[in-house]
Amino acid sequence: MLNADDLAAIYLTIKLAATTTVILLLLATPLAWWLARNQGWWAKVIGAVVTLPLVLPPTVIGFYLLITLGPNGGLGQFTQALGLGFLPFTFWGLVLASIIYSLPFAVQPLQQAFAVIGARPLEVAATLRASPRDTFFSVVLPLARPGIITAAVMSFAHTVGEFGVVLMIGGNIPHETRVVSVQIYDHVEALQYTQAHALALTMLVFSFIVLLALHVLNKPVRTI
Amino acid sequence: MLILSVALCLGMPATAATVKVAAASNFVAPLNALAADFAKRSGHQLQISSGATGKLFAQISHGAPFEVFLAADDEAPGKLAAEGLARKDTLFTYATGRLVLWSSTGNTPNENTLKTSDLNKLALANPKVAPYGRAAVEYLQAQGLYNGLKSKLVYGENIAQALQFVATGNAEYGLIAASLVMLDGQFTLGQGWLVPAQYHQPIRQDAVLLNLGQGNAAATAFLHYLKSAPAQQIIRRYGYQ
Repeated sequence: MLNADDLAAIYLTIKLAATTTVILLLLATPLAWWLARNQGWWAKVIGAVVTLPLVLPPTVIGFYLLITLGPNGGLGQFTQALGLGFLPFTFWGLVLASIIYSLPFAVQPLQQAFAVIGARPLEVAATLRASPRDTFFSVVLPLARPGIITAAVMSFAHTVGEFGVVLMIGGNIPHETRVVSVQIYDHVEALQYTQAHALALTMLVFSFIVLLALHVLNKPVRTI
Repeated sequence: MLILSVALCLGMPATAATVKVAAASNFVAPLNALAADFAKRSGHQLQISSGATGKLFAQISHGAPFEVFLAADDEAPGKLAAEGLARKDTLFTYATGRLVLWSSTGNTPNENTLKTSDLNKLALANPKVAPYGRAAVEYLQAQGLYNGLKSKLVYGENIAQALQFVATGNAEYGLIAASLVMLDGQFTLGQGWLVPAQYHQPIRQDAVLLNLGQGNAAATAFLHYLKSAPAQQIIRRYGYQ
């Protein structure tokens, strides 16, 4: 049912989602920690910026990325100066877009998990003379495990399901930027409904399994 | 507003009706001009829904209430007729598209541009789904340029997105529909070079009367009007053949 191009699109999508998830966890963890521990004016502004991708249509994000990452855009000139070239139509362009697009899906569960922990375990750790760094790795992260799992799974799944942004800045290049969602769209537009069905069904089953696994794995946070 | 509507109605023939038209995105600009002219001549109004041909095809197959279909190719209307959703005897080519090598910056492309310049990216519509993309690939192959440029090609999901890639500066040149950037033989946007039509298969855009339009005399009248000299003249102003 699935042809070589479909499989290439699936492989590329998994590679994109995995790369994005790893980078997002590294970026979102300190960001979410800071947001959870700060109630100030700045935290509110940053929190709103992080949430923006949830409310913006993907074409808006894609369009602005196309402008800013291109030869006439600031970021484009920056990546060019670094010797990286221009990012639209490349794998790393998709990674950058996915990080922005999936950011709230990583930050929000982490932020919630950190907030639930509260100040008490940190104070206890401090009285036992644990350094802040030790506290973070030995106390905070283990307690925030369900949030971390949710953040990872949601980032991965949301990147897999990405469509509008990759359509805008991807350039639909086989093996490089043509991900599953775009491949399905291609099949539908080309009236190849059988192939569209096969790939779409694969997506549907995958998404269901991911969400089911998330609900099964993620036991409620235990209070101490 | 009410007075205005009443006044407008009084000026029209008693039989004025509305035609629901599904049209390919690349034809929207000429279609608006055609709608105005058609309304002036017949009193009938067009209600235009635009989108990619494949998407409109899928919608029509699943019962979308359109009466006339103006596709960007000659495949989708034929398929609808074969499936019994459109009237086969009403199929005809209403416009033939022209391909243009286009740039949004100051440098004007010519027939040697793709052979000589060291360009970064060349944008075109996805050849799998868009007739203009297919024509672009045929042109590149006819000129022996395809293999050399293969790594430079980026694909928009349709011709408008290919234009966007060029307009935002991410691709230096694009092979796009002349209708998007030309009016009365002049470029209204950027600069370009009309690719001679002999380098690719004709980009035929077909129209068809859908089953739902059979009872609507205005729908038949509109298709009839599309074939007329005044309508064809308007269509040619927008860079179609």
